Amino acid sequence: MNWITEHKIPLGSWMEAFVDWLTFNAAGFFDAISISLEWVILSVVEIFQWFPPYVPMIMTAALAWALHRSIPLVIFVVVALLLILNLGYWQEMLETFVLVLTATTLSVIMGIPIGILAAHNPRLYTFLRPILDMMQTIPTFVYLIPTLVLFGLGVVPGLISTIIFAIAAPIRLTYLGISKVPESLIEAGKAFGATPSKLLFKVELPAAMPSIMAGITQCIMLSLSMVVIAALVGADGLGKPVIRALNTVNISQGFEAGLAIVLVAIILDRIFKNPGSKEES
Amino acid sequence: MSAISIRNLDVVFGDKVDASLKLLDQGKTRQEIIDLGCNVVGVHNASIEVAEGEICVLMGLSGSGKSSLLRAVNGLNPISRGELLVQDGEQMVDIGSCDETTLRHMRTRRISMVFQNFALMPWLTVLDNVAFGLEMQGMGKQERRAKAMEKLEMVGLDEWSSKYAHELSGGMQQRVGLARAFAMDSDILLMDEPFSALDPLIRSQLQDELIELQQRLNKTILFVSHDLDEALKIGTNIAIMESARIIQHGRPEDIVLNPINDYVEQFVAHTNPLNVLKGRSLMTETSKLERLEDMLVLNRNDNTCVSTNSAGQVVSASRQGKPIALYQWQEGESIDRLPEDTLVMATPDISMRQAIEIRYRTGQPVLLNEKESLIGILSDNNFYHALLGKHFTSTETSIPSQATLADDAERLTNSSI
Repeated sequence: MNWITEHKIPLGSWMEAFVDWLTFNAAGFFDAISISLEWVILSVVEIFQWFPPYVPMIMTAALAWALHRSIPLVIFVVVALLLILNLGYWQEMLETFVLVLTATTLSVIMGIPIGILAAHNPRLYTFLRPILDMMQTIPTFVYLIPTLVLFGLGVVPGLISTIIFAIAAPIRLTYLGISKVPESLIEAGKAFGATPSKLLFKVELPAAMPSIMAGITQCIMLSLSMVVIAALVGADGLGKPVIRALNTVNISQGFEAGLAIVLVAIILDRIFKNPGSKEES
Repeated sequence: MSAISIRNLDVVFGDKVDASLKLLDQGKTRQEIIDLGCNVVGVHNASIEVAEGEICVLMGLSGSGKSSLLRAVNGLNPISRGELLVQDGEQMVDIGSCDETTLRHMRTRRISMVFQNFALMPWLTVLDNVAFGLEMQGMGKQERRAKAMEKLEMVGLDEWSSKYAHELSGGMQQRVGLARAFAMDSDILLMDEPFSALDPLIRSQLQDELIELQQRLNKTILFVSHDLDEALKIGTNIAIMESARIIQHGRPEDIVLNPINDYVEQFVAHTNPLNVLKGRSLMTETSKLERLEDMLVLNRNDNTCVSTNSAGQVVSASRQGKPIALYQWQEGESIDRLPEDTLVMATPDISMRQAIEIRYRTGQPVLLNEKESLIGILSDNNFYHALLGKHFTSTETSIPSQATLADDAERLTNSSI
């Protein structure tokens, strides 16, 4: 037994060497990503901040109305946003919102095509599945360290960690949706002479849409759940006051910031929950 | 020229096609091939010609390969060996060896399909579902919707155009499926058990509608069914399949009259012969009728006789010495208005159902005339013979003598009336 403990496999060192190698050799690449993403996020936040608070408020309420036609939901959205404004977390809320939006957009842009490929290519999915499992089960703090090293302090490592954590949802649910398309619909598409691309866009994607939408909603919620952790590496937003409150044992600040996060979560969930799901059931 | 010409076609599913074909050639059965670790054989050595404007029904139990054969025609199933030609204008296209573009051309312009479980797109309205195939043809939105609307009117669903498929009943959904196939204006229609998922009443209604539409549109239809009654009703020809082979192919009446083996016989035994059999195949021929002096005896009990001239033409009829009326009945004429106690003459192509109706109405045997001369008669024992399914029993049973059977028949009809 001693022999085993004495000859430790240097897994950690290997990983460290790999990350060091990346920082040394590909620093320019990671810096470029870091700088451009940071620029995008900060500009979007600035655009939102340029408007007086009632503009985003009305826009959100209008979106809620357009998607769900529900007066109670619109009232809830307005009241919740007013409360956040009143608590003094408007700017943090905007930063969080933009972070979630960016993470979701990037996850969806990458995740849906990967999901489609995986559904058409079962071998790819058997290869992908353990990786997706790993991305969701490894404690987030663990990959926060290398992302921090590679991308530097700030919003970008937070964003990257969020994407790593959240991208599995759109991939899995797109895969599920596409592979669950009834064989008869595919056959009908083929029998009427659909080309492979028409088959994808006119049959498979519309048929898988409920599942894909569920994937997007899940992705939003998973991104939001990373807000506090992203704040640890310097991402701005509602996570920061939470961390600060934790460090100073400030119950009132912790409660208020926590409440703001919950409100944002409920608003996003209610607005983006698949509007069609009610009709289908 | 046939619209579809299939020669020695084999369909094997999977990745060990060559090995499976080799085993097939060695005469192994499907199950033996699967047990040896090879693929499922869908169709083996099928040859069939489908003429233009014909409804050909592929009939068999589930797993007999009828759907596999149908799906090979538009290339949904692989053609492992043999030839499958489909007419495209002046030429024949080999579906097995043509390239993707040609296959797509055949699918969008020449062959359309109707599915058992309807296969309608749940996210499209009824109208857009009908227009789906046209969209695949690359037709513009306005144009294809106008055309789809036309076809929806044809199947009587124009008022439902903005609904979604799940809001319609099964029968209506299949009408949408039919409209979608008709919208393609293709000459060949593949129908994969289109009415099997429907209630019996709706099924029969849709069969009638299909027959009516077919009279107007004159498509070539390949129709899969597991129901021989359905096949007999709509088929111009029927091909019966058993474990991947076509075992009998012929006109409905031939199949009912001469089932090739026990398997087909079992099917036939459970069908209703009323709509299939024709007078000609049921009748007692004139030459087998008893003669009394120069008259032919139709019924010895009440001494019903007819006399014919030298050309075989019926000139007079009598019962117990008294003359009775003769009447020439034409196809399509009302049977309810026929006078009672008259000897009705009809063509030998009269259906069994009509012949029985005439017999029931007039109380007399039916005379069958061809080219004005008497070729045979239909009396009760002919009908009972067919209804009891004795008309196809391979061992020729001796037919009881006319007299005793007529006697029984008389008693039976009297008690039932």
